[in-house]
This record gives sequence, structure tokens and C-alpha cells, in this order.
Amino acid sequence: MHSDVLRDPAVLVLIAILVTAFSGVPGLLIRGGATGQRLATLGAVIAAFLGLHSAISLLLAKTTTTFVIAWNLPFDACEIGLDPLSLFFLIPIFIVFLCGSLYANGYWPASSHRSSEPALTFFYGLLAAGMGLVVVARNGVLFLMAWEIMALAGYFLMVIEHDKEEVRRAGTVYLVAAHIGAAALFVFFSLLRLHCSSFLFPGQGGLHIVAAPATALFIAALIGFGSKAGLMPLHIWLPSAHANAPSHVSAMLSGVMLKMGIYGLLRFFSFIADRPLWWGVVLAVAGLVSAFLGICLAASQRDIKRLLAYSSIENIGIIATGIGVAMIGQATGNPRLALLGMVGALLHILNHSLFKPLLFFCAGSIIHGTGTRELDRMGGLGKRMRWSALLTLGGAIAISGLPPFNGFVSELFLYLGFFGEARANLPYVVLGAPVLALVGGVALITFVKLYGATFLGNPRSQQAAHCHEAPLSMLAPMGTLLGLCLLGGIFPQLLLPLASPLLATLTPVVSGTASQPLPLGWITMAGVAILGLAALLAFSLRHRVSALPKATATTWGCGYLRPSGRMEYTGTAFSEILTSLMSGIVRTRVAKAAISGYAPPPAAFCYAPEETILERLLLPLFDIVGIGFAFCRRLQHGQAHIYVLYIFATLLLLMLWIH
Amino acid sequence: MVDTILHLVLVLTMPPLLLGVIGKTKAAFAGRVGAPYLQPYYDLARLMRKGVVISDTTTWLFKAGPIITLAATLLAALLVPLGRHAAPISFTGDMILFAYLFALGRFFTTAAALDTGSSFEGMGAAREVTFSCLAEPALFFALITLTRLSGSLSLTPMLNHVTLFVWWDTGAALLLMMTGLFVVLLAENCRIPFDDPNTHLELTMIHEVMVLDHSGPYFGCILYGASLKLYLLGAFFLHIALPLSSGNSYLDWLIFALSMILLAMAIGVVESVMARLRLIRVPQLLVAAIILTAFSLILVVR
Repeated sequence: MHSDVLRDPAVLVLIAILVTAFSGVPGLLIRGGATGQRLATLGAVIAAFLGLHSAISLLLAKTTTTFVIAWNLPFDACEIGLDPLSLFFLIPIFIVFLCGSLYANGYWPASSHRSSEPALTFFYGLLAAGMGLVVVARNGVLFLMAWEIMALAGYFLMVIEHDKEEVRRAGTVYLVAAHIGAAALFVFFSLLRLHCSSFLFPGQGGLHIVAAPATALFIAALIGFGSKAGLMPLHIWLPSAHANAPSHVSAMLSGVMLKMGIYGLLRFFSFIADRPLWWGVVLAVAGLVSAFLGICLAASQRDIKRLLAYSSIENIGIIATGIGVAMIGQATGNPRLALLGMVGALLHILNHSLFKPLLFFCAGSIIHGTGTRELDRMGGLGKRMRWSALLTLGGAIAISGLPPFNGFVSELFLYLGFFGEARANLPYVVLGAPVLALVGGVALITFVKLYGATFLGNPRSQQAAHCHEAPLSMLAPMGTLLGLCLLGGIFPQLLLPLASPLLATLTPVVSGTASQPLPLGWITMAGVAILGLAALLAFSLRHRVSALPKATATTWGCGYLRPSGRMEYTGTAFSEILTSLMSGIVRTRVAKAAISGYAPPPAAFCYAPEETILERLLLPLFDIVGIGFAFCRRLQHGQAHIYVLYIFATLLLLMLWIH
Repeated sequence: MVDTILHLVLVLTMPPLLLGVIGKTKAAFAGRVGAPYLQPYYDLARLMRKGVVISDTTTWLFKAGPIITLAATLLAALLVPLGRHAAPISFTGDMILFAYLFALGRFFTTAAALDTGSSFEGMGAAREVTFSCLAEPALFFALITLTRLSGSLSLTPMLNHVTLFVWWDTGAALLLMMTGLFVVLLAENCRIPFDDPNTHLELTMIHEVMVLDHSGPYFGCILYGASLKLYLLGAFFLHIALPLSSGNSYLDWLIFALSMILLAMAIGVVESVMARLRLIRVPQLLVAAIILTAFSLILVVR
């Protein structure tokens, strides 16, 4: 009987989540040495293979399994379910957790981080398991518990270097934002409880409510889940949090945790059969705004990890656009739009959880090699860090949405969705296409800047000149992710079956018209053709050049003989034209000395991109709120005997109220 | 089959001729004799025989840049129909691939420029990516308008749909779109008024400054790739500007070749009578192109 239970893939998935949760525990008990980290990595490998294999086989079989766990809390049954939507989101969790755990062995080894490593490893497992629990929970209270485990584990991971002021500040902003989001979710689940008279999630299309309460639910979900996903303007916590965490943690936060917000939204939409049209419109517009503003802000950054964090906002925006467009298609009975929008969004979820962790790992290996996060202090790393350079290049092409990598595939589906609407009677939806094209153009600027400023040219500082390549334990997971990116870009046929089981739940209008033409074979051919043509040209050109005289010289400096790294075009300079064009959106602080006279004295120049919404809007708002609540501080004075008095008074009032 | 072979032959052999025609036109305006029409071919042949000088700052990417850019442009050449014929490859969504292949080429051209570590090349790369980024929405608006007119999601039916009758019906929209696309054509190929291919001041260049350090066969690839890009965007533009058709396939090829030469002369005239814009004005002109193409969409929708 036991062997039967253990052969059930659904049980295996749950075991994998448990193994994930406890993978860091041995490290807490075994002090000293790398044994704890090794055991955690072993746990991660076992959990990931078990989880991925079972989740993918369940997803392909389109099965739904539910378990009820006995608990004696008064919040209805503790139900856990594995349906296609849950299983789909488990895939990135396990992939990134596996890669991140392997990467940590080189990036945050126990030998050189003796005090922080056990805690980091423990919370890393806990974060992954928390996310796993979020996607399998079918009870509102269980969901909130898992959500809180995830949020707090994320906080402890983020502030692991809490001796730095900047890190503590970022952690606090994150914690406040996460709990404002959680407060909205408390409202959401309370409202849901009101309508379902149970904390259990309603089934697919099982929630029938009228306009006003549905609007309240939607707004609560948008704030609660949107702030976790980082949709603008709820993104304020995201850039500094992702920039200050260790890189493999940023990879997890950016690659997977943001998607939990998207998961929440999708789960909520699956409850309601007839979603109003305006929900889709709101989501699509919010997505396009996030995508455009996110990438414009990313282009102006000079901190490599902040740049990647802002680009996550862009990608989440693209995902939200796809979902919004699919909902518009669902509401207007347009299966083509619903299919293309949803498939584009779902594939982009998978794709972003491959290339964003890859790029954060690359950023980690750059920081590991140079000790700085400033793009303008790097340069010329490509000569000493060949493999990191190659992997970063692949990641940069993938995230810019260029063929033959996977980013292109999901964007192509979205474009097809938009373009198809050009034939509609009133083609408002089609206006998304030029916006997406502009976003793509700015993404190209951003990632040419990222790659060029770090790996190309001459070193701009001593640290960059003496950088060193990352160890194999860091390069191997990066290589795996890049391989998956290329595979997804050339063979989208392999990824599509993972997304298609969700369509029946999310966009029921699609079913019945399953034979929508998607140019999958052509994508494969284009990818193969680019690679083949480039290889052919490279081969013949190499053959040609080998017969010709060859020489090396210094770079042409227009007559100046030895240009140095200090004279090079920096990343900031590279994006300056765009930043000045977008000065209405991207605010920067520039401090420079005026140059006067024929022999001006030495001058300093300082450039910093601003967090406009946080610095100009929210912090002043918080100050006002702080003044308003100053009287509460008088009640909180730390004198225990007065607190006892409060308790007595409260009890007395409650007794009076009851009688 | 014959059409496919002719397509390939034209794509592989004709693009440098456009540069020759442009040069000759400009020379005629300046009262000079000018270089022979076939000069770009002689240049290419010479570059293929020349040795290579490579900067010691660069990595492998510097050599990969021209190769991947050319590969992407060659693939794009299979997607654009020339004249009234079908392109060798045509599928739903090929216009997106067309636009993104140019973006892939841009990624590698600009990355190879940054690889040299020269400020001038960095400057050119920054201008190239920013201006092309602004040209992108204009191209997409034009594609949307064409999709709406033709009801098709593929370049061949979309472009071949435009005929003189369509001009009769929606002339105003097509005129606006044509103007916008001509701006895109000039900007994407770094012609005057956006960039002066013949200037000798590195500070003001865009495309030429990015490839300063390339030499020999690598530079040959760049030169040919640039002329091919001009050729492809020109062919795209001609579908809207001169949608002439005779009914006879071979005659159509002749019409197409002649109209390409006419386009090259037109570009030569523009380059002769206009000065280069100040860099600060370039984005304004590109935004104007976006607005023109957006207007054409509005006129088509009404």
C-alpha cells in the first residue's frame, strides 16, 4: 500500500515541496564546514528532479488531484490541490531553486561566509517551499500562511548582509510594501469568505457574484497580487530589494516570486466565469504602462542589479498585458485573441523565469569577480571572464526578445494577437503593438548597454582589470539556463504543451477552436536558419581571412594614439540620449561643476537616477501619515504596568459590550 | 521556382548597385563625374582580398558582429517580396520576424562597436540604438495599417495588396504612410538628413563611426550588409510608393529593378539638396514619422 502511495506523482510533488522546505535544516544543526551546504544542495537536486518530473507528467496528463489534510484550526478544511495552473507555476520554482542552490556553492560558499551561510541556505529552501505551498493551497487561510512564509523568508534572505545601511533600508521598504499587499489580500479573502461562506477556494467558474462585490474583489486582488508582482505604481519596493539581495536570492525573487502575484491573479480569474471586459482593459493598460516605464527606468540605471530589477517590471508588464488581452478576448468572445494573449503570457512566465535568473547569476559572477555593482566601473571583463561573457550575451539576447532565443517566441504570440485585431471593427487593442515595439527597442538599448559596459572595451577601474572567472559550480547552472532558453527559442513546440492545459481554465472561449494556426514550425526553421547561416558565414570568412595577412594594432582613436579606459564611453553615456528624451519619465540627479576659463580646474561629475514615485510621492505621504499617527506613539511607551491596564480596560469594554 | 531563383540572384547581386547610383546622382548634382556605377563592387572585391587589422582591445564578438548581422539581414531578405512577386518564405507573423531580425543585427553591430573601447564608436552605437528604437513604432504602425487594408498577417499578401486601385480608395492614408516610411528608410540606413555616410568627422557620424575599426573581409561583410538593408527596406517602401504591375512576371522583375534604381536616384537627390540635421533634431523627425504613420492608421479605420 505504501509503495502505491509513493508511486503517485501528486504525492511525489508534495514530498518534493517538503524536502525543499527542510533542505536547509541540517545546515543549522551541523556547525562548521561545508557539509550543511552540500546536504542542502543534495536535497535541492532530489526535490527538483522529483518535483519537475512528477509535475510535468501530471501537467501533460491534465489531471487534477486534491488532498485534505486534517488540522484543527477553525478555518474549514485544509485542502491542497494540484491542478494544471498550480503545476505550471511549480515548474519555474523547482528549476530556479535547483540552479540557485547549485550556484550558491560557488557564490556564497560556507567556507568564506561561515556565519551567514546556514541561515541563507535554510531560508532559501523555505522561500521555495513557501512558494510551492502558495500554488497548491486551496484554502484562503492556508494560502495567506504560505504567502507570509514566502514574504518573510524573502525578507530574511534579503537582509542577510544586514550590517549595511542600504540593505536594511531596502529590507524595511520591502517589508512594509509586502504587508500593505498582504493587508489587501486579507480584505480579498474575507470578501471571498463572505460570498462562498467557506474559506475553501471556489472551483473553476464557481463564483457567481454581481457587479459591486466583484469590483471590490478585483481591486483588492489587483492591489494585493499586483504589488507582489511589481506592477506600476506598486513596484516601489522591487528595485532596491532585488538589487541588495545576494544574486542567487535576487534570481529567485525576480524569476519566481514576482510570478506568485501573477499566479494569484490567474487563480482569482479562474473562480469567475464571466469576467467583465473592463478588468481585461485595466490589466492590459497597467501591463503596457509597467512595461514601458519599467524598461525606460532600467535603461537609465548604473547599478547592474537595479537595471535587472527594473527590467523585471517590464517583463511582468508584458505578462500582464498578455493576460489582459486574453481577458478582453474572453469577454468579447474572440478565441483567437484569447489564445494568443494567454499563450504569450504563459510562455513569457516560463521564459522570464529562465533568462532573468540567468542574468542575475551573471550579475553575481561579475560582482564575484570584480567586487562592484557599478556598470561604469567595469569594462573589459570579457577577456578574463570568457564563459561568463558568453552566458551573459545569450541572456541579454534572450531578454531583448530577439530570435533565436525564447523571449522572441512569447513576444511573437503577443504581436500576432495584437495584429489580428487590426481587422476588427474598432481596433483599439492593436495599439498595443507599437508600444510593445518601442519597449523592445528600449530593451535592446538596455541590454547592449549592460553587456557592452561590463564585458567589452577596456577596464575602467582596478577592480575590473583584476577580475577573475567564476568557478564551475556557478557557470554550470548558468549554462543550463541558457541551454533551456535556446531550446525554448528554437523548439517552442516543447513548451506549448505545458501551457495549453491551462487554457481550458483561464480562457474557456478557446476550447473548440483548438486548431488556431501558430507558426511554430517557422520559428524552428528561422532559429535553425540564423544559426546555420551564421556558422556558414563564419566558417567561410575564417577560411578567407586565414589566407590573408593579419595584424593587431590599437583601436583607432582618431589620431590619438593611446586611448585609455577612462576615456571610454560609459554605460551611463550610452543611455544618455534616451534618458534625455524620456526626461519626463526618468528623472536623474546630475551634479557637475561649471567649466570656465582656458585652463579649468579639476571638476567632478555625479549622476544618479531617481526613484521618482518613492522619493517624490510615497515618502512625503508616509511623513504626513506619520505626523497623523504621532498620538499612537504616546500609547506605545514600553511601560509594562500601563499595558496591563490596557488589557484590563479592553476586557472590561468587551464584557460590557456583550451584556 | 524561377521567381525564387531570380529573387535570390537579385538579393545577392543588386544591392551594391544602389550605392553606386546614389553616388553618381550626388556627383551629378555637384557637377563632378563621380565614381563608376560599379565602384561598390570593386570596393567589395578589394576588401575581400585585403588583410585584416584587429584592435588588441577586442574579443571574439568584434569578429562575430559583422557575421551575425549579415546572417540576420540575409534571412530577412527571404521574407520581403520584391516587386509583384511572392517572397521565398512567407508565413503568419513573418513581418515581426523581419523587424526583429534587423534588431538582432543592430544588437551585434552596436556590441561590436563597443568592443573596441573607443569613445567615438560608443557614441555612434548609442545614436544607432536610440534612433532605431524611435523608428520601430513607425514601422509597426505602417504594418498595422497594411494589415488592416489587406486583412493579412504576412508580408507577401500584405504588400502585394497595395495597388493603384487601393491608392484610389485610400490615397491620403497611403501618402502619409509613405512619407513616414521614407523617413524610416533614411534613418534606418543612416542616410542624409540623419547621418552623412561621407562625412570625415567622427564626432558627427552614426553608422560609419561604429565600423571604423573593421577591416578586410569583415568590413566587406558590413558594407554588403548595409547595402542589403537599404535594398530590403527600399523594396518594402516601393510596394507602397510605386505599386506598378504589368501582369507579366518577367516584365514585373524589370519594373522592380528599374524602380529600385529610381529610388536610389531619389535618395541621391535628397542627399544632394538637404543638409544633415543637427543630432538634437533627429528624434523630432522620427517622432513626426511615428505620428504620420499613426495618422494613416486612423484614416484607414475612421
